[in-house]
Amino acid sequence: MLAIRTGQKVEFSEATLQKVTEIINRYPEGKQKSALLPLLHLAQDEFGGWLSVEAMDYVGRLLHIQPIEVYEVATFYSMYNMKPVGRFLLEVCQTGPCMIRGAEKLVSQLEQKLNIKKGETTSDGLFTLKTVECLAACGYAPMLQCGEHYHEFLDTEEKVDQLLGELRKRAQVNN
Amino acid sequence: MSRKLLLDKLEIAGIETFAVYRANGGYASVEKALKMAPNDVVEEVKKSGLRGRGGAGFPTGLKWSFIDKKSGRPRYLVVNADESEPGTFKDRFLMEKLPHLLIEGIVTSSFALEANLSFIYIRGEFRWIIKILEKAIAEAKAAGLVGRNILGTGYNLEIVVQTGAGAYICGEETALIESLEGKRGNPRIKPPFPAVSGLYNNPTVVNNVESIATVPWIINNSGDEYAKIGTPKSAGTKLISACGNINNPGVFEIELGLPVEEFIFSPTFCGGIKDGKRMKAVVAGGSSVPILPSGLILKTTNGEPRLMSYESLSDGGFLTGTMLGSGGFIVYDEDQCIVRNTWNFTRFYHHESCGQCSPCREGTGWMERILHNIENGHGKMTDIDLLWDVQRKIEGNTICPLGDAAAWPVAAAIRHFRDEFEWHVREPKECLVRNYGLAESAVASSSLQD
Repeated sequence: MLAIRTGQKVEFSEATLQKVTEIINRYPEGKQKSALLPLLHLAQDEFGGWLSVEAMDYVGRLLHIQPIEVYEVATFYSMYNMKPVGRFLLEVCQTGPCMIRGAEKLVSQLEQKLNIKKGETTSDGLFTLKTVECLAACGYAPMLQCGEHYHEFLDTEEKVDQLLGELRKRAQVNN
Repeated sequence: MSRKLLLDKLEIAGIETFAVYRANGGYASVEKALKMAPNDVVEEVKKSGLRGRGGAGFPTGLKWSFIDKKSGRPRYLVVNADESEPGTFKDRFLMEKLPHLLIEGIVTSSFALEANLSFIYIRGEFRWIIKILEKAIAEAKAAGLVGRNILGTGYNLEIVVQTGAGAYICGEETALIESLEGKRGNPRIKPPFPAVSGLYNNPTVVNNVESIATVPWIINNSGDEYAKIGTPKSAGTKLISACGNINNPGVFEIELGLPVEEFIFSPTFCGGIKDGKRMKAVVAGGSSVPILPSGLILKTTNGEPRLMSYESLSDGGFLTGTMLGSGGFIVYDEDQCIVRNTWNFTRFYHHESCGQCSPCREGTGWMERILHNIENGHGKMTDIDLLWDVQRKIEGNTICPLGDAAAWPVAAAIRHFRDEFEWHVREPKECLVRNYGLAESAVASSSLQD
């Protein structure tokens, strides 16, 4: 299954709709499809970190393009999640330079500490662990991305514990 | 050999802000260029000998001169900030630390191309850098250096930061254009080249971040002055992102022509091999360029010191040489397994193949499976020849260079480390390759290390 239908209606907030208008107006007249990737990012951010069929259809309606034009793009790019993810998506870079500086060890430490395998989400819905290809942080390896942040030089167990602790604390504060 | 043209103001506190950047001579090239004829700006860049810093090394000024200005159609400059080549992280550094240098370069370059709308296509993962760039554009706009009637000259330019969404292939210029049009990043067949039919089928130049950030220095100091730096065929300086088993990973600006040995072992740059180990191999220009054993990366087959330049690194072709590429410099110590590294890179290319061409779509997966088998002790001796055969059938047989990028690391690994592949097959339970083959290829140390 490439995408999930939830049966729920989705709609951007007023503030996001204003941003949508600004983005669409950046492009020359008639070239508004260029806004597709940025709008899919907005949809993913606003609708829980992933793209349901409803979210993609909604973006298609905003741009006056066919649903298939959205699906083929959303499924091509690795940053768009086609199924629900945890509150913190931990994306560990596993490509060459990170591998030789300990990325595999970092993945196994995270699997052990979170009690999940890569690709899975913890039972409390807090963490999803994923491996990704090169994130352009080769000199600061091993590393992972979580949301907007790059966490680099994760070469000791203590640093991994500290990061997970901080994320758990952040989740408690925001609850 | 550590002359700085791009990073010379890096240490100035607050240089990422418009006020500090402007107070330190920033945007002078815009003031100068806007008093020139656009074609004269193009001529200066041609004279400089600047070669594209994204990897291919095509002369920047020549690329600009191909743009069709007579048709009257809109022209676009697209800055390629989709940095995703394993080993390469220098554009990220540049945009994060010196955002206004890039914006200044965009305004000057767009004026030369007579473009009124330019895009920075940036990989979506760089979310914090997207904010930095958007802030820098807003600051420049507020100061009248971007937007309508720049510096009262009547020249208009809007700059848009466009986010990608995680696809290495979008670093290829035509795939990037497709993506910017809101489509899958499938490369286009060339010709027509973007200079004739690019974004929205209009004349378009796609340049790397570092190339565009170099333009202000060239305009401020002249193309002739830039051409005097570096070597005759590799003018100027280059940002090198160094990583792997070295003491000082990071981004360095070097004058082209610096000896490779000095770059690896001098404390000014990489600082030698980590933990006192011996160096086994180097990938000099990002994962797609051929890996070289230590002996060949330090010296050419004539016994001359290998230099950090387009011509010296490629000396001997792919039999004994490699490429400067994007400047993604990965150093491997004696404990690294070449088979495992090659498998890892091949998995990357399999994952990132757009799927348009059969040789790339199927071939990268085939190579990945063979390498995975060999690495995990299930390989046959005939697999090595099969691997060689598959990579040969990918190279040169695809729409874009991703096929070549996937084939070259495999070819080079077999060419220079075949014994290591054979060892994996013969001794499936032991990865003694860690120290195998060092007698010929490794260097113990260097006088420059201390």
